[in-house]
Amino acid sequence: MGNEKKTQYRVVTGPEGILPPAATLMGISLPEEGEGLVEGEIVSEAEALEKAAIALLTRKNPTLFPGPLVLWGWNDHTDEKAKYFFDVANELPGIRIIPMPDYRPIYPKIDPEAVINPCHPNLTILHNKIEACVFIGVHCHYASITLKIIRAGTNCYTIALCAEAGHEDAMASVPNFDIEKLVRFRETIVTVKKNGIKPLYEGKGIVPTGWSQIASLKGETPVKPEEELVEAGVSGAFLNELESGLDDNAE
Amino acid sequence: MSEEVKENTETQPRNDDPRAHVISDPPPAKEEVKKEKTGAAAQRVVDPDYLILEAPRKKEFITGSEAAKESVRRANVDIAIAYPITPQSETMQQVGYLYAEGYIKDYYRGEEEIGVMSAVAGASRAGVRVLTATAGPGLMRGIEQIVSWPGGRLPSMLLVMCRVVNAPLAIQPDNIEISYLLNAGGIVLHGENQQDFYDYPLIGFMVGEKPEVTLPVAVAVDGFFVTHARGWVNMPAEDIKLPPRDCYHEAVPMMDNENPPIRISRDSPIQKSNFISYQMHAAWQQEIWAAQERAKKWLNRWLGGLIEVVNPGAKTMIVASGAAVSQSREAVRQATEKGLDVGLIKIKSIRPFPTQELNEALEHAEKIVVPEFNYVGWLAKEVKVAIDRTDRVIAGPRVFGGMTMPTELILETIAASK
Repeated sequence: MGNEKKTQYRVVTGPEGILPPAATLMGISLPEEGEGLVEGEIVSEAEALEKAAIALLTRKNPTLFPGPLVLWGWNDHTDEKAKYFFDVANELPGIRIIPMPDYRPIYPKIDPEAVINPCHPNLTILHNKIEACVFIGVHCHYASITLKIIRAGTNCYTIALCAEAGHEDAMASVPNFDIEKLVRFRETIVTVKKNGIKPLYEGKGIVPTGWSQIASLKGETPVKPEEELVEAGVSGAFLNELESGLDDNAE
Repeated sequence: MSEEVKENTETQPRNDDPRAHVISDPPPAKEEVKKEKTGAAAQRVVDPDYLILEAPRKKEFITGSEAAKESVRRANVDIAIAYPITPQSETMQQVGYLYAEGYIKDYYRGEEEIGVMSAVAGASRAGVRVLTATAGPGLMRGIEQIVSWPGGRLPSMLLVMCRVVNAPLAIQPDNIEISYLLNAGGIVLHGENQQDFYDYPLIGFMVGEKPEVTLPVAVAVDGFFVTHARGWVNMPAEDIKLPPRDCYHEAVPMMDNENPPIRISRDSPIQKSNFISYQMHAAWQQEIWAAQERAKKWLNRWLGGLIEVVNPGAKTMIVASGAAVSQSREAVRQATEKGLDVGLIKIKSIRPFPTQELNEALEHAEKIVVPEFNYVGWLAKEVKVAIDRTDRVIAGPRVFGGMTMPTELILETIAASK
């Protein structure tokens, strides 16, 4: 508690362990308007959106988790936001949508293909082998809890598009995420697809798990994969627009 | 805060437009109602920055309880709930006058403190701005509910006019009850004087209701010296108030019986606590303390920092909170007259605790004296946990049971520590 110094702690994909610390208490601060948070570092909003887009376009089984604030028709604003949410979904090849309709425990057993629940979100992540996900419209308390549990036990890259102040426990987060920012996120995804994604380590795979697998097949020691393996907007990467995305399930 | 308030007496709104800070005017009176609007209906909602930091102020000589009343008058409180026991403190009696004057929508007198604190939880869950006040044994009786508020993410205001909790009872200052709030999970501010008892509740409401915070706030003062005695308090005009609570922009859903789905009301997993995963329970607790950490940004903005430092370069530093700060200020003045190099750190926020700030402010200090109005020395323990080289800390002097703290006692402790 009480550490505002520049921290070395980074919010990266797990599994981090049975009980990772709250990122806030490790010195990670929330972004201001116009900024974003990527792996614990304050960046521009544009950079955060780009990192989120790359994760959703390159990692396995990307999934959107809409919460009650966009799932339920509370008011006209919610209805409108849901429309733009689907516009984002339509730009993500192979995307799945699994709702978080409720925060109460679901017993005796959740259906991990139908819902995600903050009591044990890791079950949905692990069952569906989700490696990148977006939370949107989830009340902040439950979002923070969910993000911690996912970071603890899975290798999923979490993205929190928060209507309030953002989330330190997500790998990528943008605060005050309104309809305008949903539109910008869609545009970012389109741009990233158009410009292509270049592997930073040529010949070693694009997605971290792919790199690990190739290393294993070659008999090399797999290096812990990092998100920095890829970057967006580099000419000469994919020669054509990513019409269909990366289908990691087509093995 | 008190020094800044003096400066703010002359302050004008930053914007040239005199109405730039106004968020909304009172609703127009209906044609058929000719009588003049009074109470909250006559107040303008203004930006919190304006009300807390910028609005011109006038000085009044009032008791701490009256200062709390004036704070509540401008806080746009929906409901006050209490089991008022005058004469221990007349704070809630003063708040009752506000209800009579139309500044509070409802005033509910609980049957005792467990009932009071339960009702506070219910009111907060319903999304309204709620206030209560208690002290000593009353706080102890209600604490079962009080410690449940942070986990429920229930913004609310608890005024604590500290007295003694243990027998023999007293109505004199002894702030041992703050030690029982340290690990509850809520924000705890400790006011020095009547001015703080006016300022801190307004700040507390705004901080606790921020979406990334969403926590209850306790504002404690040392009873009698602050609550019963008069002091100068700088306050803006009565005709302005804070914006209302925006319960639809908080960390948990409020209990809304008018809009579906009611089933996700904010306490759902809590009431199913037998069934939630251990990991969720653990992450839930982490989130409470994380929310406290997030409160620092807003406390820094409106409180002017979690600590105040006097004579920052002094080799001997006094670290104090509450009424001990006032005594320490005078001790510093007397020490300076004698040519001694003594400074003072006033801790305004006990939770979140200013760990980073203390470490920076005490880096150079050779001796750290921690005077307190309680037997157990909870503040000295907090300081020792927060800083390194704890052999510098002299955990005292301490008075308790309603005793006053002569400045000579502080000076003698400093002298003896050389």
